[in-house]
Amino acid sequence: MHMLVCGGTGCRASASEMLYENLKKEVKEQGLENDVQVITTGCFGFCEKGPIVKVIPDNTFYVSVEPEDAGEIVAEHALKGRQVERLLYLDPVDKKRISDSKGMGFYKKQIRIALRNCGLIDPENIDEYLAADGYEAMGKVLLEMSPEDAIQEMIDSGLRGRGGGGFPTGVKWQIASKVSGEQKYVVCNADEGDPGAFMDRSILEGDPHSVLEAMVINGYCIGATKGLIYIRAEYPLAIKRLKIAIDQAREYGLLGKDILGSGFTFDVEIRYGAGAFVCGEETALIHSMEGERGEPTFKPPFPAQSGYLGKPTNVNNVETFANIPVIYNKGAKWFTSIGTEKSKGTKVFALAGKINNVGLIEVPMGITLREVIFEIGGGIKDGKKFRSVQTGGPSGGCLTEKHLDTPIDFDNLLAAGSMMGSGGMIVMDEDDCMVSVAKFYLDFTVEESCGKCSPCRIGNKRLYELLDKITRGQADKEDLDNLRNLSMVIRDTSLCGLGQTSPNPVLSTMDNFMEEYIAHVEEQRCPAGTCKELIRYEIIPENCVGCTACARNCPVNCIAGERKQLHTIDQSLCIKCGACLEKCKFNAVKII
Amino acid sequence: MELIKLKIDNRTVEVEKGTTIYHAAKKLGIEIPTLCYMNLGDLKIEHKPGGCRVCVVEVEGRRNLAPACATECNEDMVVHTHSIRVLNARKTVLELILSDHPFDCLICAKSGTCDLQDMAIKMGVRNIPYQGEKSTYKPDFSPAIIREMDKCIMCRRCETMCNDFQTVGVLSGVNRGFESVVAPAFERDLDHSECTYCGQCVAVCPTGALTEVDHTTQLIRDLADPDKKVVVQTAPAVRAALGEAFGLEPGTLVTGKMVAALRRLGFDYVFDTDFAADLTIMEEGTELLDRLGRFLKGDKDVKLPMLTSCCPGWVNFFEYHFPDMRDIPSTARSPQQMFGSIAKTYFADIVKTKRDEMVVVSVMPCVAKKYECTREEFSVDGNPDVDYSISTRELAMLIKRSNMDFGSLPDEDFDKPLGESTGAGVIFGTTGGVIEAAVRTAYELHTGKDLEKIDFEQLRGIEGIRSASVDFDGTEIKIGIAHGLGNARKLLDDIKAGKSEYHAIEIMACPGGCIGGGGQPLHHGNPDIIKARQKAIYQEDSGKPIRKSHENPYIVKLYDDFLGKPMSEKAHHLLHTHYFDRKQKDVLLD
Repeated sequence: MHMLVCGGTGCRASASEMLYENLKKEVKEQGLENDVQVITTGCFGFCEKGPIVKVIPDNTFYVSVEPEDAGEIVAEHALKGRQVERLLYLDPVDKKRISDSKGMGFYKKQIRIALRNCGLIDPENIDEYLAADGYEAMGKVLLEMSPEDAIQEMIDSGLRGRGGGGFPTGVKWQIASKVSGEQKYVVCNADEGDPGAFMDRSILEGDPHSVLEAMVINGYCIGATKGLIYIRAEYPLAIKRLKIAIDQAREYGLLGKDILGSGFTFDVEIRYGAGAFVCGEETALIHSMEGERGEPTFKPPFPAQSGYLGKPTNVNNVETFANIPVIYNKGAKWFTSIGTEKSKGTKVFALAGKINNVGLIEVPMGITLREVIFEIGGGIKDGKKFRSVQTGGPSGGCLTEKHLDTPIDFDNLLAAGSMMGSGGMIVMDEDDCMVSVAKFYLDFTVEESCGKCSPCRIGNKRLYELLDKITRGQADKEDLDNLRNLSMVIRDTSLCGLGQTSPNPVLSTMDNFMEEYIAHVEEQRCPAGTCKELIRYEIIPENCVGCTACARNCPVNCIAGERKQLHTIDQSLCIKCGACLEKCKFNAVKII
Repeated sequence: MELIKLKIDNRTVEVEKGTTIYHAAKKLGIEIPTLCYMNLGDLKIEHKPGGCRVCVVEVEGRRNLAPACATECNEDMVVHTHSIRVLNARKTVLELILSDHPFDCLICAKSGTCDLQDMAIKMGVRNIPYQGEKSTYKPDFSPAIIREMDKCIMCRRCETMCNDFQTVGVLSGVNRGFESVVAPAFERDLDHSECTYCGQCVAVCPTGALTEVDHTTQLIRDLADPDKKVVVQTAPAVRAALGEAFGLEPGTLVTGKMVAALRRLGFDYVFDTDFAADLTIMEEGTELLDRLGRFLKGDKDVKLPMLTSCCPGWVNFFEYHFPDMRDIPSTARSPQQMFGSIAKTYFADIVKTKRDEMVVVSVMPCVAKKYECTREEFSVDGNPDVDYSISTRELAMLIKRSNMDFGSLPDEDFDKPLGESTGAGVIFGTTGGVIEAAVRTAYELHTGKDLEKIDFEQLRGIEGIRSASVDFDGTEIKIGIAHGLGNARKLLDDIKAGKSEYHAIEIMACPGGCIGGGGQPLHHGNPDIIKARQKAIYQEDSGKPIRKSHENPYIVKLYDDFLGKPMSEKAHHLLHTHYFDRKQKDVLLD
């Protein structure tokens, strides 16, 4: 029997390490060491209900497990063969406990290719990766295929870069393979910077060898002998597991000189980034690795022509790499059977926001937003109404009800005014003010702009200021025209992808929620009731029973009233924190 | 060479593959506006970061607008440089840049010569719809350069000059987004950086973000003080560029008018730094002959090649970057400092003026000279040999302020004795000039023969690094020339590696030498202006009756009456200097 304990960052934050230790201790105490193996794995994806423990072979899936539960799991499940009922997932619809994850709404529609080993193998043990067909693809490519054939297979698979751009991976390899150069480089872009996104991090934490294997294949195809992984220093667990994986791969002769006797030499080094969003852009990433200021340069030349240290370089994203070994194992044809016409395979999304099942999901291209949000995601939290979904990270667009049945792929999202990006997906409900949402994203891009080109450096700042003006009710209609013009110009003139997409949240909310902008500008009203300067809290006399809860919780003491008497709010002192609304049990506080 | 055809604004043009849209348009007479772009042609400096986005054009079939300065032409490309989309985007981008710029044009040092101001006029900007927070920085006052980063538009030309051309590496982009700015590391001030004050950042800055320290107010005060004798010296390169500030063609020599203007400004004595240049040749040339003589006799300790030392930017450079090699350059002071030293001793005696009653001012094409005046070793009891230095630009402004019509001024001559100079002194203003002047004198002193041909064409040119050999009557003297500190670094690295074959090397910090100095009228990225100034310098030289420093009668008299002979003890005391290891001193300690 195997007990798989999630060792992803999210579950570790909920004490899964202690849970792991406790399980090991209990197993030992019960004398089951020969029968039960406790293993730390990568992320299962269902972070909402972490920490996760999965027991195989019977596939029992325990959720929200606490370290104190270890004794019961071992005593009951391992010793007596009885599931711990209370730790099974409770289906929110039919209120039944589900023991196998395959039966859960969250997993039903998922297809896990990039995440295939996350939650299955111990990422710190190369033998487990090998047992899961690991390095088989590499062996096949190195020993049986010519670089040309291997590139052709990649082209045939239709795999497109998962970092955001969606450029066909095989074509990228082909370009680099045709450029002559004594030294070429393969770079893994692990500079995942979208707020709330953790796709790449989870892959590196859960299945680092899949990335290394793919990098070797990439190197063989283009004639590169060196690989560099650019990873942000604030991913310590991913770095630790990568280091272990690299050491193990070297020890097994899967990295280094003459790999598998093929005559091909390839090794990998880790480079640390300081966490700048713009360094996800490949030229900026390369400059950062060179020790230069992390800012993009004009393309062409593309990195495939002149990249790291001026040498031909292929930069691929973590998730792209994670797909590659499977494609060689199962064939391009198999891969093309999944997905849409122009977007093959699956995509990993970090599902977040006002949604019941927050977590990491991998779905086939072509699935609709509705399926993702309402089936996998389990719908909107607290029964509220769906408002919008934002895809593509901070520079994606906000889509609405009318886009819910759009099949998700690179081109459809772009056509809808958003983008695939690296896979952030944030769901918003009726309580979200869309102007504030746009402002929130601009706040991020203003912070993360490198400052090189004027439209991004100054333009985004001005966009933010205009949005701020609107949320304060101080803007006029001309400001709305300026907002749109400025957005279009920033998109049209910025140097790199950051500035070219940063106005997306503004343009998409203007397209889809113009009435909210108008309400802020013409009526100085925030329909969602979140813009502090446009709302006030008032006490409804009919409902107030004089319980004093609001007055006691008001941080600025601006609520007056005797016990069992009507209370009133001094608007001149109120800071609109909402504490009164939250504490009132009698529905006597309202936002106007 | 592959040719490609494309259409720009409905006109067909054929260009070489690799040509940018900007240059292809230029071929058609279409001037696409630029702000950050800079191309100094023969000087091999091309800066095209594609950062300002003012040069964007519409390329059919392309999703977004393309920066013309960086985008290469393709076969059958169709480009529009003034479609409504382009015009709107370009103006909006400019409005954005202006929205983060202080509106103090009326009182800005760059007003009238500012590229951003020109652009605003050209685009017809009448209001800035995008208002908001503005970048504010504390101004940085160094002895030579002022940084007012509120005015920086992040074109980053200065960075290219400082890093790629000069390899000084002081200026670079720091911080991110709206907070990003060009600054020394850790946003320290220039005075606490390894800045050489070469002033090339000032020379290329399109706005008032980088300017020289202004000494004109001090000068006006001194000129008005009846108790002070104010002496001026003017560097050779000034006369070849000053006219540009008055609308004259680049390369117009204005020596006589300049002298007349200085006299009308109220200087008591109008002298020429060229005189001191002749003096430099006597000292430096003698030092070279001395080192060569010892070398040829088999002295293994002699330091060769000898490097020139008349450029203060260059002196700062090796003090910071090659302090362990500071025994290689000549010990001769720069002409500016030799002049100050002689003026406040020899000349002060002649006119019976006390040192502290005499003010020596220099007019220089240079920013580093402002700093050089302040070096402690060039003062006596706290009284500097040269009180301060003004740039060519400052002089032009003073002339304008004093209501002179420069064009109608008569040609006047310098005063004597420190105003008499030879053609050798004049060519100090251009790359290759110092060494040519030195060779003219050293050859004759060494061989005892008269030169058959005074012009050494092999030493002239604009290439960044040049080498030539001169036959000293059977002894071959190998000469290296570098302008631009990046080129100097290459020669120094060779010396360090023991690979240098030269006997003497001339180094000037600025592109083209002093004619391309940081204090000259702005060339706005037009390298032809620098070449025209060079031509003017050689023209002045060839028109001089005396063209060899050692034949300057006033130099001869100076030695006879005062100094004795070159490298005498007195000469050593007054005309030579020593260098410091500044890697430790200034930079690491605050």
